[in-house]
Amino acid sequence: MSATRFTKDHEWVRQEGDLVVIGITDYAQSQLGDVVYVELPELGRKVAQGKEAAVVESAKAASEVYAPVSGEVVAVNDAIVEDPAKVNADAMGEGWFLKLRFADPKELDALMDQAAYDAFVAEHR
Amino acid sequence: MSEWSRALSAPAAPEAEVAQTISGNRGLQIEEPLLFEQDSPGHCGVDLPEPAPFRSRLGGLERKGPIGLPGLSEPQIVRHFTRLSQKNYAIDSGLYPLGSCTMKHNPRLNEKLARLPGFADLHPLQPEASVQGALELIDTLAHWLKTLTGMPAIALSPAAGAHGELCGIMTIRTALEARGDRRLRILVPESAHGTNPATAAACGYEIEAIPANSRGRVDLAALKAALGGDVAALMLTNPNTCGLFEDEILEIAAAVHAAGAFFYCDGANFNAIVGRVRPSELGIDALHLNLHKTFSTPHGGGGPGSGPVALAAELAPHAPLPWLAHGAEGFALVEHAQGPAGRSIGRLKGFHGQMGMFVRAVAYMMSHGADGLKQVAEDAVLNANYLRVRLEDALSLSFPGICMHEVLFDDRFLKDTGVTTLDFAKALIDEGFHPMTMYFPLVVHGALLIEPTETESKASLDQFVSVLRGLAERARVGDVAAFHAAPRLTPRRRLDETAAARKPVLRWRPAPARQEAAE
Amino acid sequence: MRYLPLTDADRTAMLAAIGAPSIDALFADVPAAARHRGLLDLPLAMGELDVERRLGAMAAKNVSAGSVPFFLGGGAYRHHIPAAVDHLIQRGEFLTSYTPYQPELAQGTLQYLFEFQTQIALLTAMEVANASLYDGATACAEAVAMAGRVTRRNKAVLSGGLHPHYREVCETYAQFAGEELRAEDAAPGGGENLAALVDGETSCVVVQNPDFYGEIRDYSELAQICHRAGALLVVIVTEILSLGAIRPPGEMGADIVAAEGQSFGNALSFGGPYVGLFASREKFVRQMPGRLVGETLDADGKRGWVLTLSTREQHIRREKATSNICTNSGLCALAFTIHLALLGEAGLTRLARLNHATAVATAERLSGIPGVRLVTHSFFNEFTLRLPRAAAPVVDALAKRGVLGGIPVSRFYPGREELADLLLVAATETVTPEDIDRFALALREVLR
Repeated sequence: MSATRFTKDHEWVRQEGDLVVIGITDYAQSQLGDVVYVELPELGRKVAQGKEAAVVESAKAASEVYAPVSGEVVAVNDAIVEDPAKVNADAMGEGWFLKLRFADPKELDALMDQAAYDAFVAEHR
Repeated sequence: MSEWSRALSAPAAPEAEVAQTISGNRGLQIEEPLLFEQDSPGHCGVDLPEPAPFRSRLGGLERKGPIGLPGLSEPQIVRHFTRLSQKNYAIDSGLYPLGSCTMKHNPRLNEKLARLPGFADLHPLQPEASVQGALELIDTLAHWLKTLTGMPAIALSPAAGAHGELCGIMTIRTALEARGDRRLRILVPESAHGTNPATAAACGYEIEAIPANSRGRVDLAALKAALGGDVAALMLTNPNTCGLFEDEILEIAAAVHAAGAFFYCDGANFNAIVGRVRPSELGIDALHLNLHKTFSTPHGGGGPGSGPVALAAELAPHAPLPWLAHGAEGFALVEHAQGPAGRSIGRLKGFHGQMGMFVRAVAYMMSHGADGLKQVAEDAVLNANYLRVRLEDALSLSFPGICMHEVLFDDRFLKDTGVTTLDFAKALIDEGFHPMTMYFPLVVHGALLIEPTETESKASLDQFVSVLRGLAERARVGDVAAFHAAPRLTPRRRLDETAAARKPVLRWRPAPARQEAAE
Repeated sequence: MRYLPLTDADRTAMLAAIGAPSIDALFADVPAAARHRGLLDLPLAMGELDVERRLGAMAAKNVSAGSVPFFLGGGAYRHHIPAAVDHLIQRGEFLTSYTPYQPELAQGTLQYLFEFQTQIALLTAMEVANASLYDGATACAEAVAMAGRVTRRNKAVLSGGLHPHYREVCETYAQFAGEELRAEDAAPGGGENLAALVDGETSCVVVQNPDFYGEIRDYSELAQICHRAGALLVVIVTEILSLGAIRPPGEMGADIVAAEGQSFGNALSFGGPYVGLFASREKFVRQMPGRLVGETLDADGKRGWVLTLSTREQHIRREKATSNICTNSGLCALAFTIHLALLGEAGLTRLARLNHATAVATAERLSGIPGVRLVTHSFFNEFTLRLPRAAAPVVDALAKRGVLGGIPVSRFYPGREELADLLLVAATETVTPEDIDRFALALREVLR
């Protein structure tokens, strides 16, 4: 499994063959507080890099989840719709949001790796 | 870990170990169930005659089956709502230091006069000859507000501040379209109240946020860079939500107008300048006022409000209906978009406006007069600056220098204490104060925005100061557990807002039938 | 000045503490050009007695509804409000409290709003209701906007029987939000074919029941047609008391109900403040505008209430909010809750029967006058008469004879000749047999 990449909006992306799995980072969930609701896109929707793909809500805040890369939605994680707390409990794993069939590997390469993301978070804390 | 779950694991404070009562009541604090849990079916708190037999004309569409409303007698209802009232904080009980809310005293004279049958028992569509006094009152309100703002026209129908914003932006868009000039963007400072971008979006605009400068004001350079031929308006609050007067406002207005855009002002903070500064002289084209803020109409637990909008000459023809006109036969209402009213944006509300709030506001303005209103602004600004100097060494003042009617602090003074702005606010509740506005504006971290208003005495402010200083000290010495457990003395404490949002329960439902339960 | 607690000694001491030489120094940030010297051209402060005299004189120039036989409706209804209501809403803890953002300090407000939401859901037979909007007309516009969000379509159809103010407000909102509205023509007695206007691009059909002319209908079939096309049925109710007697919108298949609650607890007050009611199916709740109160537990496991689903609202979602609304109608909603609580099920149904009986008696009496025809077939407490000539001058003549005899439809539709002889008449429990006599007598005289 390839390494996880990160965006400045605190999304993570992990490649699985010709698909990518997308979620929000552990830092993001800690900032949001208890997640109460998620709005996931419909299957087949095409999203462009940097555009809104999903919405995540806590009691006090609502945030857009932007697509880190462009692609087509092939799967969404109904488990987090049923139990939004999973996003808080395991944001990097079981709390994943959606899977995209992506087109352009270069979009992925341009994102931050773990070290760069950690530095980014430390700088903005 | 969330704020709420942390409260659960905090050690119980000694006060919480008070002996349990049999009833669950605590002295004057009575546990009161829902109306629906006290039903005496068939019972009624109103005696009504049964009509004589008649031929029904309901067309066979009679309601069948029970509605499910409970029946109680008057003593039970009075007791129910009295007990509920005793669980509320109110201006009548104490200081509400809420920034930009202007929680001032609500004079009882206003209540008395709004209830005069000659105002309260009038139908909006009675023949105009039978309501000349009501129209005269509306005209009086318009005159006072036009004089106070210096603007030539005023729209009185918006039902609240946000509704007034909608009105203002709608007139601006209409005026631009009348010029043949369709613009797509509205500029809003980062520190703006949430209604501003929500309003702009509701009118079909895209929003661009303008950052604040290091002095807490709109960054003039950033504003000028953002202005262009596609900007319809700037929506500004002045004094702004950091409690500061936008001292470059004349340059701001000039830049906005030079770009062919309109200057909208959110008048939520008018209390700081009423009687001393007229918005017309600041280059403002449209300004909404909140009668429930500056003009003392009661907040009523969340409403009703009233949000008249003062308009410059170019926007006046687009004011919403109805308009008030003076004719040979007295006052008249212009209710339809014909003739001179043909360019109105139309109607924003049923009937004419929040007349009950108009009466209260006029009574307030007449009571104060030109001299009293000026004193209101001065005392409001004085009180806020007094709090500023008495607190700036204990809390962290966000912007040095004088403030207007409210003062902004942030959470730097809580750094490394383990106490958040939220915890600080909850501790304030135990001390008998409603917390100040928190986490707004967004331009500073962990904001604490305090607006005392002019109706707080010096003694009241001194007491508030000593409590805040005491709490800040407690946080500094590391009494974290006490903050995390707060509040401990209220009828309910640290309610689980997460659960309420995950699985919303928005109404009472009867328990399942006995039959089902037995299965 | 009686409302300002600071004394001159206080002011001096405070300025000294601040280190400012004068109050003017605290206004130094105001550009010199904008500082107003002296006082504005308005009267000086007045004591209570003087303010009472001034406003009392204005009030005395009006003919209050209770002082004459009174038969006006048209979206605002005169009902008797039990004395306890006004006393309770004037308790300072209700009157002068703020929005319940701090739930620990506002369980009173939150509990009554929860009771209010339940009352609305029960009355309308809908699953969920909010904590009120400004009024019925703006609630109607919000319903159209919500239907647009739910269906992701933007073409709404408005019945000709919709209250003209409600239609006008919808038109204003729609114009700016980019919604397309098709408003059917106003005409009493039906004749419109709304079903034919529903297609795959319709977001909703908006009907009113009883309609503007008073007509009661069953919209169940229209609901089904809407649903087959993927559209919503929005039902408007301007006289909420009618739901104490007639089949509620929820039982007809309504998806959203927007209504005016003024009839319970709130005086006519020359048009405001009133209270907008809003209810919908539970599955649409996240698209609902306005405040919502939800039940929860506190840290001690006790039941309590909080504002919830706030992420829909402007203070969080900002430009993506479901509406820009900030206030609800707080105190008006409380008055509604208390009045309806006093009535209870038995009182509500009896009050509704009383209203209908009074209206039936009034309609029978008036339609017995030569030249006067009852146009409405099924009605609750309001109906439409066709007069032998223009209704507006008749109403003025009746007023001269001390009778407030209804509203001429031309007040809402000026310039529409075919509607000019229509008179809208309401009769509530506040109308006595003597009132009906006087109305009938005066109308007979005027029409002679």
